[in-house]
Amino acid sequence: MSRPVLEVMDLKKHFPIHGGFFGGVTAKVYAVDGISFSIDKGETLSLVGESGCGKSTVGKAILRLFGLTDGQVVLDGTRIDDMPAGTLRPLRRRIQVVFQDPYSSLNPRMRVRDILAEPIRNFGLAKNKAELEERVALLMDKVRLPRDAVGRWPHEFSGGQRQRIGIARALAAEPDIIICDEAVSALDVSVKAQIVNLLQDLQKELGLAMLFISHDLAIVEHMTHRVAVMYLGKIVEVATKRDLFSAPKHPYTEALLSAVPVPMPGAARERIILKGDVPSPINPPKGCRFHTRCGYAFDRCRVDEPVLKITDAGHWAACHLHDRPAAENPMAGAKGADLIAAH
Amino acid sequence: MSEPLLQVEQLQTHFWTPDGINRAVDGISFHVGAGETVAIVGESGCGKSVTAMSMLRLIPEPPGKIAGSIKFQGKDLLKLSEKEMRAIRGNEISMIFQEPMTSLNPVLNVARQIGETLRLHQGLSARQAEDKAIEMLTLVGIPEPARRVREYPHQLSGGMRQRVMIAIALACNPKLLIADEPTTALDVTIQAQILDLMRDLKHRVGAAIVLITHDLGVVAEVAERVIVMYAGKKVEEAQVGALFRTPRHPYTQGLLGSVPKLGSSLTGTETRLAEIPGLVPSLKRKIDGCVFASRCAYATDLCRKLAPALEEKAPGHVAACHYAMKEAIAA
Repeated sequence: MSRPVLEVMDLKKHFPIHGGFFGGVTAKVYAVDGISFSIDKGETLSLVGESGCGKSTVGKAILRLFGLTDGQVVLDGTRIDDMPAGTLRPLRRRIQVVFQDPYSSLNPRMRVRDILAEPIRNFGLAKNKAELEERVALLMDKVRLPRDAVGRWPHEFSGGQRQRIGIARALAAEPDIIICDEAVSALDVSVKAQIVNLLQDLQKELGLAMLFISHDLAIVEHMTHRVAVMYLGKIVEVATKRDLFSAPKHPYTEALLSAVPVPMPGAARERIILKGDVPSPINPPKGCRFHTRCGYAFDRCRVDEPVLKITDAGHWAACHLHDRPAAENPMAGAKGADLIAAH
Repeated sequence: MSEPLLQVEQLQTHFWTPDGINRAVDGISFHVGAGETVAIVGESGCGKSVTAMSMLRLIPEPPGKIAGSIKFQGKDLLKLSEKEMRAIRGNEISMIFQEPMTSLNPVLNVARQIGETLRLHQGLSARQAEDKAIEMLTLVGIPEPARRVREYPHQLSGGMRQRVMIAIALACNPKLLIADEPTTALDVTIQAQILDLMRDLKHRVGAAIVLITHDLGVVAEVAERVIVMYAGKKVEEAQVGALFRTPRHPYTQGLLGSVPKLGSSLTGTETRLAEIPGLVPSLKRKIDGCVFASRCAYATDLCRKLAPALEEKAPGHVAACHYAMKEAIAA
């Protein structure tokens, strides 16, 4: 079996909160609290969850935009989380990112040519000026923008076109892995479809591994091979797309699926409306973090924190219900289709 | 037929800008019946929010200019004085905005903000207004209303702030509620709570709702009738079922085809998303032909020269397209 291109093991990121008279650390935000996953070459893994669940923090931690509190990030067999900055630098080429907001993620004072040339120069991917120009032109082709637009400034482009530039910039470094942090969330419906199709095409063409961070389950289902659902800094369920959408094994996933509005008027579906809000990651609930909103919670959930356990081949869930006999386990069946009205 | 609650005729909202007139809303007409939920959908820049703002005359004039007529219970809102208009805003017609973070006043507590409309329109005392505010918070499902009413917006979560917004909007029992992207800024589980609340309150309060959104899923779940806008114009209008089942306008068809359907991996309907090529045209240039012609796969010379009128293609189903298939193309 081949080794996954990216492995994340027990990743933790806690942000200190400073306060009090002496400005000491008074509390911590447990943004990501021990998560593990791996991505194979050519595979898309999606991280889904609501705001504040830590999904973007995971992406930034892998990119080492900040240090980790604990855990390991392994790129193609090499551990990169504890590498000194200088050694890491050439490896940064292999993991690139596309951000959410195409308006703030491009430097307004650089022409498109320079935006795309910067990573090529930084990583010494072109031998001379002619090759550099050629590479920039090819990148424009890849993202289906006209070659002669390289002399223009970011403000001359629409949101969707800017996102194409952002994708081209990520591809410029010839990465193995692209992290898309809500890369299509800010776009309008019709433009979103264009970018989703482009990302899928590029992935197939270049064999990229992709970490697709999103809150939009319909887009995720369309894009991904596997899905990891996060809640309050933990992964609560991981499965292949089909398994997750047909038979969710965690009550939170079930509620998420049933909450997405579907564009089918009058669709008969089972609705689960969660009570209350996501608790604060500063002081996450004891036991299972989801027990405060879970309709199936029982005594054990309030004291004992569940770990990810295999429920079916390739399907993992962190829920005590699966230790119960099937007759007493509301999450045992395959009721995905009823939740999302897919019949 | 009795007169509808709201009748908008040829509404035009143009903005003067240094490089030309921006025709944000360019002659749209529609009506809303008492207790009905009508959704206006479209992408950014199609004029849906400007339509909403125009209905309450919240557009600064100049640079804006509103023309046409907006008849609410027989009165033309565009002919009222500012004082008469103020008596309607927040009273008979109220509005919920998208951003629960920025549309509440951060330095006033919840009681003051809900109470403001009550004291203004119904002449309640501070004491009565606070009691009523607590009652409203209970109605919108905020736990511990007596404590929450003394709190400030920063102490509330996004979902709760949106509930407070709804409480403010409903405080004076409006006949018409305009909701501009009420759930766009919220997480899905919170969105489900708020949509559920809106449906429930609609039954209890009986207000008509104009829902402005870009989310076709939300439209399908809440609306009874749908108006599709594109580049400042109404391109299609139908009952919600008919619109999703047999969209007549190529833009609506494109829009429906470009949203991935949840459950596609289960039903085996995983296909490539339909793209609408190109971009929304600039509203600063006058478009002679059909506004969608530059992006439409079916466009002909006729479409580029002559703007199509809204025609009834089926009972209660209108579309502005020369070719809009009497037989709808399955999207």
